[in-house]
Amino acid sequence: MKTIGFRAPPRWRPLLPFAGIALVVGGLAGAFAWTAGWLSPARITAPRLVDTIENGRPYPGFRRAHARGVCVAGWFEPTPDAARLSRARVFSQARTPAIGRLSIGGADPLGAEAQARVRSLALQLDTDDGQQWRLAMNSFPFFSVSTPQAFAEQVVASRPDPATGKPDPAKMQAFLARHPEAAAFMAWAGSAPWSSSFANTAYNGVHAFAFTNASGERRYVRWSFVPEAPFQPLAPEQRQTAEADHLTDELAARLTRGALRWTLELTLAAPGDPIENPSRPWPETRERVTAGTLVLERAYDQATGDCRDINFDPTLLPVGIAPSRDPVLAARAAAYSVSFNRRQREIAIGAGPAAGDVR
Amino acid sequence: MNTHPTPYTRIARWLHWSMAAMILAMLFIGVAMVGSLALRPWLIDLHRPLGLLILLLALVRLRHRRRHPPPLLPASLPRLQARIAAASHAALYALMFAMPLLGWAMSSAGGYPVTLPFGVALPPLAPRHPALYTVLRGAHGVLGDAFFALVLAHIAGALHHAWVRRDGVFTGMTGKR
Repeated sequence: MKTIGFRAPPRWRPLLPFAGIALVVGGLAGAFAWTAGWLSPARITAPRLVDTIENGRPYPGFRRAHARGVCVAGWFEPTPDAARLSRARVFSQARTPAIGRLSIGGADPLGAEAQARVRSLALQLDTDDGQQWRLAMNSFPFFSVSTPQAFAEQVVASRPDPATGKPDPAKMQAFLARHPEAAAFMAWAGSAPWSSSFANTAYNGVHAFAFTNASGERRYVRWSFVPEAPFQPLAPEQRQTAEADHLTDELAARLTRGALRWTLELTLAAPGDPIENPSRPWPETRERVTAGTLVLERAYDQATGDCRDINFDPTLLPVGIAPSRDPVLAARAAAYSVSFNRRQREIAIGAGPAAGDVR
Repeated sequence: MNTHPTPYTRIARWLHWSMAAMILAMLFIGVAMVGSLALRPWLIDLHRPLGLLILLLALVRLRHRRRHPPPLLPASLPRLQARIAAASHAALYALMFAMPLLGWAMSSAGGYPVTLPFGVALPPLAPRHPALYTVLRGAHGVLGDAFFALVLAHIAGALHHAWVRRDGVFTGMTGKR
């Protein structure tokens, strides 16, 4: 019997080859475990960031952030100026259908809408070339911090103290001392006027994205959806006395009178502007380009609406738009995915809200 | 018993080693992608086209294997070990097909567009549904870990042939004797 390269196994097998095998296999297994984060409990991975946000009390079936919201639908129409900046089909197609979601900040799906400092607009735009643009925007003009690690610290520092029901001022002070950049956001939260409606609120992308046009020219932009509806204030006493679903009801009432519009405004970065830091706004003097109009004509319950099963990951972008290296933007993609997996599972096993649930 | 004049064809060896590198890279990309706060958008753009490439190469490889059967294992190998080897190779082939298809299907079930470089968008492979997404996403993760464990066992087995048994099984794939 002859086999290619066959040599009888030696009777005495030195341990060396086995040690070599153990080294190779053990080394690979160790590298895999390290990559997964299993060997570094202190590293903030995506699941651990979402755990921090949940704080042991998740609301099954809901987004881990911006849990309370309402589905919306309409379309987007571009201006000719936008196509000069990006070759994304959404800027050349006459009209792109839009599915979206208007929501308030916070993890509580029963949170009082009128008292939420942060409101948000998420969109999904599907163009006829099979490409898709998902957007996640907020009413704050810039983000609080520049890294996801700092954001995790902020989440912990902002937790209500069980004794007082309010965040511990000492913890907030310690957080601000470590991350002074967050002071600007705190100032915004303390002083910015409250608008009376989802419809007269501006929503800001906050992060920078690279737009590439048909000639291959690349520019960094930030975007905002600026409302057509004029600003009206929501006084502190109104915020306190309003029903929990005040903004949703107000939106529905407006929609019976007609569609709502926002203008997509792009702000172009100048050399030296902070591209990767969402906590630093760009100067007001930066060139702005009106890129199109968003029209929303319907709003409907998120418990049964098609927006429920959409992960509005702002890094899902069409050809012609690319993410910047902003670490908070990347962390959104990572954390939203974990949140999506958890709530889809909860919905699948029936732990989420039932259809028709007021939430 | 073993009458194959050449151990593995050049094409089989090329397919094996290139896919070995891709699959190992893919498993690390996958596990990094679901944990990392910093790298997900970039890794997923690598993960999808690489997964599709592995699926296509697995088709080529299976076809090539049918036409050019691999050499038999040495008769000196205990029957149980030979059976384990056959079963583990079948499982490796099954995973080469299952993992990309599961990844594609779970993306569709989760409502994600399956886009590739240069503006190519693949059609959905499954209907959008939370329960289907949950099952497929779970299977993709569990089978990914199983795939890595199997690759480690495969490497251990190959090195056992190379360094301990020295029976020509390993050199049959390196092409060097």
